[in-house]
Amino acid sequence: MKIAFSSSGDDVHSPLDPRFGRAPKFLVYDLETDRYEVVDNRRSLDAAQGAGIQSAETVARSGAGSVVTGHCGPNAFRALSGAGIKVYHTDAPTVAAALDLYRSGKLLEARSEDVRGHWA
Amino acid sequence: MILAVASGKGGTGKTTVAVNLARVVGSPILLVDCDVEEPNAHLFLEGEFGEEEVVGIPIPEVDKSLCDGCGECGRFCEYRAIVSFGEAPLVFPELCHGCGGCALVCPKRAIREVERRIGVVRTMRAGPVTLIQGVLDVGSPMAPPLIRAVKTSLRNGEPAILDAPPGTSCPVVAAVRDADSVLLVAEPTPFGLHDLALAVEMMRETGVPLGVVINRCGIGDDRVHAFCAREGIPVLLEIPDDRRIAEAYSRGRLIVDALPEYRRLFEVLAEKTLRSVREGVGE
Ligand code: SF4
Ligand code: SF4
Repeated sequence: MKIAFSSSGDDVHSPLDPRFGRAPKFLVYDLETDRYEVVDNRRSLDAAQGAGIQSAETVARSGAGSVVTGHCGPNAFRALSGAGIKVYHTDAPTVAAALDLYRSGKLLEARSEDVRGHWA
Repeated sequence: MILAVASGKGGTGKTTVAVNLARVVGSPILLVDCDVEEPNAHLFLEGEFGEEEVVGIPIPEVDKSLCDGCGECGRFCEYRAIVSFGEAPLVFPELCHGCGGCALVCPKRAIREVERRIGVVRTMRAGPVTLIQGVLDVGSPMAPPLIRAVKTSLRNGEPAILDAPPGTSCPVVAAVRDADSVLLVAEPTPFGLHDLALAVEMMRETGVPLGVVINRCGIGDDRVHAFCAREGIPVLLEIPDDRRIAEAYSRGRLIVDALPEYRRLFEVLAEKTLRSVREGVGE
């Protein structure tokens, strides 16, 4: 299973970006092989609107089945749910810390978006 | 003739200028409130709203039985308002601009268009002034299509004063397009100058002749005057910084009614803008 983390950098020690829709990158971690790849999300950063939906498309294309991020707006949440992708929120500081929490089962699956509007 | 009243920022007295101007014209005139996110011209008029017309835009509705999940619709939509993850697409109505493109590109003809309400256009008669006002539904970001709906009232060539939204974004362009001239209202402060300069830059691209109204003259410096002189933009009216004006405003009264000594100023402005429309302001 692959998990996408919203990330501000290129490795697992990078800060976890708190905004799903405006995250510059996604670090897509494969739990089976313990390898990861980094996918660029710059197109969403430039989007005038629908950045969260664009990000959801990026994640769906990466093959990830779950997303771990800080916040995820309503449109992004709907798009991710539509794509069958689970969402986990955390305020862990880095991707590695978020990954640990995920592995130890400490993250709860989000049932709805947690921020409204423009942000995510 | 259509005269648009605009400003680089809210709170400069744009609506005040538009409504007072309409008031002194005396003959039948349309006052068109295009500030659809915060319409307030009606607060200064005595009248009741009559007709109200609901305005919507066409948004897609997907027939799942026809859709094969090809994703063409989502690839077309630049607003991310429709997106498919290999199945029937999701629609995000509040992001849709109603362009109709997704329905056109769908190879399965699975998309039909349904109306989604974005706001209303309402009308008030107050003596010779007819106010046409657009009111955007709360939360709808679709100001430009509503502004276009408001402006259909301009088709019959009646003289009109148009209260544009503040700022320098798409809705402003939608409002001032097709105006014969634009009055920019600014305050004589460093911030006022900054906003005015941005507005002038944007308006120049539309090619519409410009004039400036300086509101609250006396509170700042003369850099707005100097800017206008340098740019060759006529200053058509200077409204002094008079506490009584603010008081009249807070009671919903017009300057020209509450303070008759200012009536002449607005009459002169009306004459200048009517005349300068024929001759071309700033040319
Ligand atoms: S009508 Fe235009 S804006 Fe709306 S979903 Fe279709 S392509 Fe996108
Ligand atoms: S273009 Fe038509 S057939 Fe293809 S996903 Fe969209 S609605 Fe379905």
